[in-house]
Amino acid sequence: MEKYLILNTLNFPILSTLLIIPVVGAIIAMFLRGDTLLKFWGLAVTLITAAASLPLWTCFDQTTAKFQFAELRHWFPALNLEYVVGVDGISVLLVLLTTFVMPLCILCSWSYIKVRMKEFIIVSLLMETAMLGVFIGLNTVLFYIFWEGMLVPMYLLIAIWGGARKDYASIKFFLYTFAGSVFLLVAIISMYIKTGTFFIPELMDQQFTFAFQMWVFVAFALGFAIKMPMFPFHTWLPAAHVEAPVAGSVILASILLKMGGYGFLRFCLPIAPQATVYCVPVLLTMSLLSIIIGGYLALGQSDIKKLIAYSSVGHMGFVTLGIFLLNDAGIKGAILQMINHGVTTGALFILIGIIYERTHSREISDNSKLGMFMPIYVTFLGIFSLSSLAFPGTNSFVGEFLVLYGAFDKYPLVGAVSILGAVLAAAYMLRLLQKMVWDDSDGHVHHDHGDDHGESHALLDCNFREFIQLAFLTVFVFWIGLHPTPLLDMMDSSVAHLIHQVDAGSALQQAVEHHGEHHALLETAGAWVKNIF
Amino acid sequence: MLNTVFMPELALMLTVLVLFFMTLGKFRTGLIQAASLLLTAATLAVTFASLNAQGNMFFDAYQVDALSQLFKVVIVLGLFLVFALGRGLTGIDEKLHCEFNMFIAISALGLMFLSSSVELITILLSLEISSYALYVVIPFRRGQGRIHVEAGVKYVLFGAASTGITLYGMSYVFGLAHTTYLNELADRMPALVATQPLAVIAMIFVMTAFFYKLALFPMHFWTPDVYQGASNETTSFVATVPKVGAVILLLRLVSVAGVDITQFTWVLATFAVLSMTLGNISALVQSDLKRLLAYSSIAHAGYVMLGILTADIVGMSSAVFYIIAYMLMNLGCFYVIYNIAPEGQNVTFDDLKGLSRRSPLLAMTLMVCAFSMAGVPPTIGFMGKFMLFTGAIDKGFYGLVIIAVINAAVAAYYYLKMVRVAYCVPDDEKEKIVLPISAAIMATFFIVVILVVGSMPQAVLSAAQNAVATLL
Repeated sequence: MEKYLILNTLNFPILSTLLIIPVVGAIIAMFLRGDTLLKFWGLAVTLITAAASLPLWTCFDQTTAKFQFAELRHWFPALNLEYVVGVDGISVLLVLLTTFVMPLCILCSWSYIKVRMKEFIIVSLLMETAMLGVFIGLNTVLFYIFWEGMLVPMYLLIAIWGGARKDYASIKFFLYTFAGSVFLLVAIISMYIKTGTFFIPELMDQQFTFAFQMWVFVAFALGFAIKMPMFPFHTWLPAAHVEAPVAGSVILASILLKMGGYGFLRFCLPIAPQATVYCVPVLLTMSLLSIIIGGYLALGQSDIKKLIAYSSVGHMGFVTLGIFLLNDAGIKGAILQMINHGVTTGALFILIGIIYERTHSREISDNSKLGMFMPIYVTFLGIFSLSSLAFPGTNSFVGEFLVLYGAFDKYPLVGAVSILGAVLAAAYMLRLLQKMVWDDSDGHVHHDHGDDHGESHALLDCNFREFIQLAFLTVFVFWIGLHPTPLLDMMDSSVAHLIHQVDAGSALQQAVEHHGEHHALLETAGAWVKNIF
Repeated sequence: MLNTVFMPELALMLTVLVLFFMTLGKFRTGLIQAASLLLTAATLAVTFASLNAQGNMFFDAYQVDALSQLFKVVIVLGLFLVFALGRGLTGIDEKLHCEFNMFIAISALGLMFLSSSVELITILLSLEISSYALYVVIPFRRGQGRIHVEAGVKYVLFGAASTGITLYGMSYVFGLAHTTYLNELADRMPALVATQPLAVIAMIFVMTAFFYKLALFPMHFWTPDVYQGASNETTSFVATVPKVGAVILLLRLVSVAGVDITQFTWVLATFAVLSMTLGNISALVQSDLKRLLAYSSIAHAGYVMLGILTADIVGMSSAVFYIIAYMLMNLGCFYVIYNIAPEGQNVTFDDLKGLSRRSPLLAMTLMVCAFSMAGVPPTIGFMGKFMLFTGAIDKGFYGLVIIAVINAAVAAYYYLKMVRVAYCVPDDEKEKIVLPISAAIMATFFIVVILVVGSMPQAVLSAAQNAVATLL
């Protein structure tokens, strides 16, 4: 087992520490009193976690595709189940994203959350542990425990602090994602029965039969496609996003949606390479549909949050597109795009939270002409909107460019279609920006606005707390936009290794096809998969 | 020899005896409860001490082994928790408090006998001891119309019918194999079950009384009405401890029928699938919380059966694990119900409204138990399901497991509904629920046990595996 791992050489068990700090923080929070104290406590805990995660960045070994900072402990010997955690080039950035977004979630809820502050802090901290666990767990059971365990705090976040239709949205979120991932459990157990291990790197080295790979792939892909969310399974997302409190939206957009992509990269591609190659056309089609339909739906929204939610569907379409191109540029672009989406969309949701606290409306028409009153706010809005539509110089441009480069390199037609998504993104983001900042086009709205004029004068610009959050994320927008090399270098070895794994697996498939064996099997399985989708 | 091996039963008999003498006088409820708790705690200690006891008694009809001892610990623990959660016995008629405790203890005693019985007639006698006590106790209810009488009659009728069928099945078994000892049956039955349909029918008939106790399809009809009609205290016992007793006998009987997958296995699989599907779908539309738990227990019985029918060590030990988990999470739910209903009335979803404001601790207990029953990690319920599915897939029952996980997804809805009402539906009119310190300790106990055993199941699981190993 050790041959896949580089055991942690820091003088403290960094990954376990990251998991434990928020839980301990949550337990202590149970005994604290006073909303202000709790807020500062929550902020302190998340900041300590973020600080503790810094060595992951500084001490990361870019030359290896093995799992680093690994820890190995006995947990459940009866099933050959061990507590094993570690990060590689694919997960390390997502771990850092999580630890750095969480303090912002506490900050952006500072005055937004008015009731049950104690529960809010506890739930947020538990959420952090669960999310980190998903990214660092190297054992399918550990992964599943965090993957499912995460539903509970997220459900509570939406259900307790959500908006008007929180009931519907939270239940839909929970049931949709829960139902999607129960088959994951079946796949995990059947792989264990076949191989006797739950350890992910060992599972990657197995040569499963094609039929079995198909089953595993479909079970995994269903769960991940729902979490992502990919086109036919995306309906829970707008509901959840719209009703969630601002911190919930930020967590959802910045981190939760990344788990689907992470799952594809960690499980589907290396464990079931033949099935992956076989299903590429289906998944590319779904990605393109996500990009175009997501963008198209975003174009028609009048609710800002809904607009951003649908734009997330489109952006995530780019991520899956990149993943299933199965080439270096595509996968790197996809991972980078996950980080970018975390930064940019997280910031956009923080911006929506800020304006919602002031006007108590998420309608675009109620929030127009902000340029007159909130210059700092609209500056940030402009930056993040441009980043969202992948304007050159911003972070998303690099990610989308890499994905498109990969697409044109491999399937020019796919690239050509996905360009349409980029155009749509420009259309809906510019429309949003134009309406919110200026808006002198619509007489009706203008009239409405005249009524509220006295109130609008009371609109305060961003305060220091809000400014800090947005400025922090702005740094990343330009840093990744202008100098993405450090990030790309970090994922280099792991992505190369992943592509090697897929190629090796699918080469095997070609050999099989060449000999004409299992042809009938391939056909039936393929037809079966096509029926499923 | 006899004394040390028989110690747990003697301790519980002493408890029953003391309670019997107390029924003759007049005592305050507090004193009765204190005496019951103290004596049960002593029994629990004695049972725990004899966890590794071994021996045969009464012409080998009574076998003390690792399996029986583990189940005795669980049964006494269940009894202790039932006593502890019904502090004031508010749902029981004033005059009958002591009788209630006595009969519950007698029923637990019967179950203890049952877990050691390895001969058909002994099994039947132990079963009847535990059942008769419950027949008496179900109608003990204060001021809720006649609903408890209906429950009592239903329980007696179904119980008598299923015992009759079991007895009839035993006559078949005796006719086929010419013995009533399980260890001798284990030599002869597998061959008969593989070749003779009559043997399959006989085994299913023998198991009927335990299907009834476990509330497994097709003997599940009594469950919702009895749960609804009996008092909260009675239900918390009926819903948990007898099911533990049923599981041990089902384990013994299935291992008698042999490890091979036969028609017998498929009959059990059909029952398991129908039980979980029927239970879950019916539970979706319930508004009375106890009825909901009744249907959910039918579904859980199906899950347990999924482990039992594999007849190998992984599946059976996970069934043991699951029934322990089931007992704990259900008692947790009944603990919440008991505390919400100070008058001993039934609890509906309306009563759960605003629970997180009225009593955060109760709401949290309910949430942990509900998510555990839904099988969300890191709880004991998730670990149980995970182990069960592992056992079933190990034996090749992919189809069954897929049906089971679809069921788990359906069930998530109504468990979530409980949490949702407790946390999200406001109701500012009702006053807060103040829990005495002992009740708060109990709530913490349920939360901690469900979470800790759920994330570190090794100790319980290895105990279960040791226990099951004696069967194979």
